[in-house]
Amino acid sequence: MKRRTGLRSIGVFEVCNTLLMLGVCFLTLYPMWFVLINSLNAPEQALLGTVNWFPEQLSLASYSVVFNDKTMMNGFLITTLRTIIGSAAHVLFTAIIAYGLSKTTLIGRKVYMKVALVTMLFSGGLIPTFILMTKLGLYDNFWVFVIPGMYSFFNMVIFMSFFRTIPDSLEESAKVDGASDYGVLFRIVLPNSMAVIATISLFSAVYHWNDYYQGVIYIRSQDILPLQTILYKIIAENSMSFMQQQAMAQFGARLPGNSIKFASMMVATLPILLFYPFIQRYLVKGVMIGAIKG
Amino acid sequence: MFRFRGEQMKAFFRQWQLQSMVIPGIVWMVIFCYLPMFWLVIAFMDYSIAKPMLESPFVGLKHFEAFVSDDRFWRSIRNTLGMSSIKLILGFPIPILFALLLNEIRSLRFKRTVQTISYLPHFIAWTIFGGIALNWLGEGGVINQLMMAIGLQDREILFNSDAKYFWWITFFTDTLKETGWSAIIYIAAISGIDPGLYEAAELDGAGRWQRMWHITVQSIRPTIAILFILAVSGILGSNFEQIFMLKNNMNMKMAESLDLYIYNMGLVSGRHSFSTAVLFARSIVALGLLFMANQTSKKLTGDSIF
Repeated sequence: MKRRTGLRSIGVFEVCNTLLMLGVCFLTLYPMWFVLINSLNAPEQALLGTVNWFPEQLSLASYSVVFNDKTMMNGFLITTLRTIIGSAAHVLFTAIIAYGLSKTTLIGRKVYMKVALVTMLFSGGLIPTFILMTKLGLYDNFWVFVIPGMYSFFNMVIFMSFFRTIPDSLEESAKVDGASDYGVLFRIVLPNSMAVIATISLFSAVYHWNDYYQGVIYIRSQDILPLQTILYKIIAENSMSFMQQQAMAQFGARLPGNSIKFASMMVATLPILLFYPFIQRYLVKGVMIGAIKG
Repeated sequence: MFRFRGEQMKAFFRQWQLQSMVIPGIVWMVIFCYLPMFWLVIAFMDYSIAKPMLESPFVGLKHFEAFVSDDRFWRSIRNTLGMSSIKLILGFPIPILFALLLNEIRSLRFKRTVQTISYLPHFIAWTIFGGIALNWLGEGGVINQLMMAIGLQDREILFNSDAKYFWWITFFTDTLKETGWSAIIYIAAISGIDPGLYEAAELDGAGRWQRMWHITVQSIRPTIAILFILAVSGILGSNFEQIFMLKNNMNMKMAESLDLYIYNMGLVSGRHSFSTAVLFARSIVALGLLFMANQTSKKLTGDSIF
């Protein structure tokens, strides 16, 4: 008797818990579904308001507006460039420093480590950094996306601890064969660190793809605005590019077209959604390494 | 920095390759981390960006006195503390609860699927997530439809144009975006618990909730403590990307956090010295908070960061 009630109460709990988890999945996926269906809704229909489950009338008209918009496409290009160059520079620069610092024979290592540690504990903050960027000529310059983000203490520590797990014998045998330090790094160490390189590159790439704030602060010229900054201006400041306004007029809209907004959002997040199933396990692995280190 | 004598000098140059890997990094750190720290001294000057720093006159604590007597500064403190407190008190337990409940799911495949889906929003940019939120909260938006359908409202409310809702909007959007991601660290800690403990407890007749409380929660307590310390010490910070996206002229009086105040004063109004003084004061208070939270946690639970 006692046992049966026990089993039944477990059953109720399991059912509720499963439903709750399905609810979490719904809450997580629905916002993206909402963007997708509204981006596919015909602009004429979108004037009547947003749809909640399915498009009233399927149409790719909004996408053709977005893809024909020079500002948006230029933003797409800038974002792609900063993502590739920015993450590559970050991984390479940070990994090379980490390799040097992981060698105990390095003269001055203790001092170098202290210099690096302070950068994690203290920072100048927004205004001093802004002034410095201006003085360095990085204001309104594409390289503001790349150079100030080339190094992070946290990722350097992850690299260092990974490099330590590579057996010394591998490096020594390469040295005996006459390889230089750079030779060992590029031919032995880095090829054996692909897992950690993948994780850090992906984190860096996601950051570069999603960041809109650097563009708001540092960029004035239209032609180097990243996609997310343009999107910020469209959504939060309700500004539309000239091409979009023309397209809107053509559809007879009074308000900035919702479906065009949603199509822009979809274009800006599609790379993340497409790659997500393949990259998510690397991202989680990265957090685990970070959690153990921190 | 180093005092080289013959032998050491030679050893240093013999490892020029290793040195050439590290030294550019040190130079980078000096330029991009140490120089901005040095630039904090403009908090004590009347600095103008057009002139070299050392030509600006020293003014002592003038800017500190100015912001302490600025009502808008205190308003930004209130907003920051308000949003942080909601996030801390209501928001902090949510990922823990999610991790605990997810752990009770028996099917491994379902568990993994839920987990994978739950941290997707973390990787969606705030521009997009904020864009969705603005649409849902607006006229004819999903939230208004829902509230009217279940009878909690009888007419539409423009949630984002009314300042009184702003703190709650930041709380709900943040919860929706970050719960799954924040739970990862707890899920990892839970997966490290020895299954033998559960079997032993079951033999002793402990029920589901007892096991959850006495084994799972007690085992991940150090993790909870560390994250709590970090959350408390970060109470003067705010999620700038989120607030910057959701703010507008109508909700500014509840939306302007300390970060946004510094941004508005420094970069919009161009009062560089003034907002650097605010930054300076904030870093000192934040450092103090970190030590205080650490000491409190050490006394209460025995767990601490340092």
